[in-house]
Amino acid sequence: MSILIDKNTKIIVQGLTGKTGTFHTEQALAYHGTQMVAGTHPKKGGTSWEGSGGESLPIYTTVADAKDATGANASVIYVPPPGAAAAIEEAIDAEIPLIIAITEGVPVLDMVRVKEKLDKSNSRLIGPNCPGVLTPDECKIGIMPGSIFKRGSVGVLSRSGTLTYEAVFQTTNAGLGQTTAVGIGGDPVKGTEFIDILEMFLADDETESIIMIGEIGGTAEEDAAQFLADEAKKGRSKPTVGFIAGVTAPPGRTMGHAGAVVSGGKGDAPSKIAAMEQAGIRVSPSPAKLGVTLTELLKG
Amino acid sequence: MNIHEYQAKQVLKGFGAPVAQGVPIMSASDVDAAIEALPGPLYVVKSQIHAGGRGKGKFKELGPDAAGGVRLARSAEEVRSHVFEMLGNTLVTKQTGPDGKQVNRLYLEDGADIARELYCSILVNRETGKVSFVASTEGGMDIETVAEETPDKIHTIDVDGSDGVSDAVVARLNDAFELSGAAAEDGKSLFPILYKAFLDTDMSMLEINPLIVMTNGHLRVLDAKVSFDGNAEFRQAEIHKLRDLTEEDAKEIEASKYDLAYVALDGDIGCMVNGAGLAMATMDIIKLYGAEPANFLDVGGGATTEKVTAAFKIITADPKVKGILVNIFGGIMRCDTIAEGVVTAVKEVGLQVPLVVRLEGTKVAEGKAILNNSDVDVVAADDLDDAAQKIVKAVKG
Repeated sequence: MSILIDKNTKIIVQGLTGKTGTFHTEQALAYHGTQMVAGTHPKKGGTSWEGSGGESLPIYTTVADAKDATGANASVIYVPPPGAAAAIEEAIDAEIPLIIAITEGVPVLDMVRVKEKLDKSNSRLIGPNCPGVLTPDECKIGIMPGSIFKRGSVGVLSRSGTLTYEAVFQTTNAGLGQTTAVGIGGDPVKGTEFIDILEMFLADDETESIIMIGEIGGTAEEDAAQFLADEAKKGRSKPTVGFIAGVTAPPGRTMGHAGAVVSGGKGDAPSKIAAMEQAGIRVSPSPAKLGVTLTELLKG
Repeated sequence: MNIHEYQAKQVLKGFGAPVAQGVPIMSASDVDAAIEALPGPLYVVKSQIHAGGRGKGKFKELGPDAAGGVRLARSAEEVRSHVFEMLGNTLVTKQTGPDGKQVNRLYLEDGADIARELYCSILVNRETGKVSFVASTEGGMDIETVAEETPDKIHTIDVDGSDGVSDAVVARLNDAFELSGAAAEDGKSLFPILYKAFLDTDMSMLEINPLIVMTNGHLRVLDAKVSFDGNAEFRQAEIHKLRDLTEEDAKEIEASKYDLAYVALDGDIGCMVNGAGLAMATMDIIKLYGAEPANFLDVGGGATTEKVTAAFKIITADPKVKGILVNIFGGIMRCDTIAEGVVTAVKEVGLQVPLVVRLEGTKVAEGKAILNNSDVDVVAADDLDDAAQKIVKAVKG
């Protein structure tokens, strides 16, 4: 098994007709035949999208139309920041079960509005400002490089895109491979937090171990550590390696990701690392030792 | 983006919040007109820098016994002597770091008779995903200290987006601030005004410390600190005109022109990385091997050769930099684009320090070939660990 997506996932692309949407849709189609089924554009409905390798997808005016016509159960969003929140809201209104927003730079107050709507819906949102989700050999949604993946047993989740790639690359090199990799995104207000994904990895039979990568800002890592500790008491646990980026980040400065900022004395790296260690997570001291640390942990 | 106190108060005044009369002073020649415009006889002269702790701060050029960055004056003469002493000098507060900040602007304000000082802020509560008020009766102090020593005196009150600042929220705020009579009546209008200002201008933080109850029983915004969400700049052109470039690091201003996420730091190893998480982790691993990073720099996912060239130039222009580490894990970012940018930049500005490059991911072979076939003196690294060790060794010897 995998989590969130597999070879049966059918995906609509919102923002397909742009450069970014086009490039990554070509990549997804080339990745083990990921089922990209349609695109949407408010003014180009009825036309079709052509990829540079002769690929073609129908364009619909709305997400609801695209869903009705194709039976899609997921949507990926490449719409630029000014229209990204409205695109997510449209997908929620169309009752798309899984919405993955790649867009970086969505105003935080737009996300406050989106989250309120999301909480009253049955949709799950991953992101925004995330690299997407990938289940090796089955389905690639978003911008992760498919070539570094290998089907295997590690569940990878992270707030950072490129650190997700590090974890994937290192577990591939260690021969472990991945069940699914999920980038939850670097914004302060987002659709899915660590806990939601950890619950899925704990419940997934194929996932034997977990790598969780956090960074400074907020308290999601502390909450996740508490969750794992509580589940372990109930007898549900899997070997987990953690890493926190931003030990050297100065307080009060936003480090690239809108959510990566230590403010009001909250969200620094040492407190997150301590919370993880207390919960029995093996924290890797270096971003280059994620695979090695996990291998050691699995040897016991 | 941060703005000055006087600008924040103008923004809030525009929404109808009660603020004192005040006049900004950009040069000594503005003083007389500023005094003339205010009723007196009590004035406050306030340093305008983007850092807190101004009242307790000290001017570098003046003796340790000189008054701080916020001063009371009881006559026009006293105002003048404060202005001449403060303007142009360097204020060091606990938030500025030891170098301090030059005071290029002052704000002259009408004094107020204070009965109570409260703390009021609005922010986005990351845990609930809602806009929240933070309210405390302990105003005028460092709120982090209050949070540590008396956490029960801090109340966080979420606002539901569809209800806004309802009567129930106002009642909870008035309770939290222990307001009654005229002040509680003022609260009914002030809290919705602050919330509207926060939403309409895409603030990420509005901090009023202190919000005061005056001896006449009414509320007034005595200090205001505002940050805006940089992601909303596209729809807040007027607000973003308030940016004061003299408050920012020159390298950071240059980086922002190219849409590069750059933060200047104190170490000596310059870093160029793709992705915010990897950029932070690269700084961390440099520290792990015993050196310090000179900067945080995320070139982003869709960087062009021009952008990479600009990034490389910003790093090499920093005199503190004794070595450079380029760490790229290409996803959207292609390694050949990075390699071309580095080669172009070195051709234009030269390379006086060791350069270690680690490339991985999309188009890695092409990227390595570009570097190998160039004249640039590059130390290639196999992985992140190897890269960090090599650059630290090159700099520390």
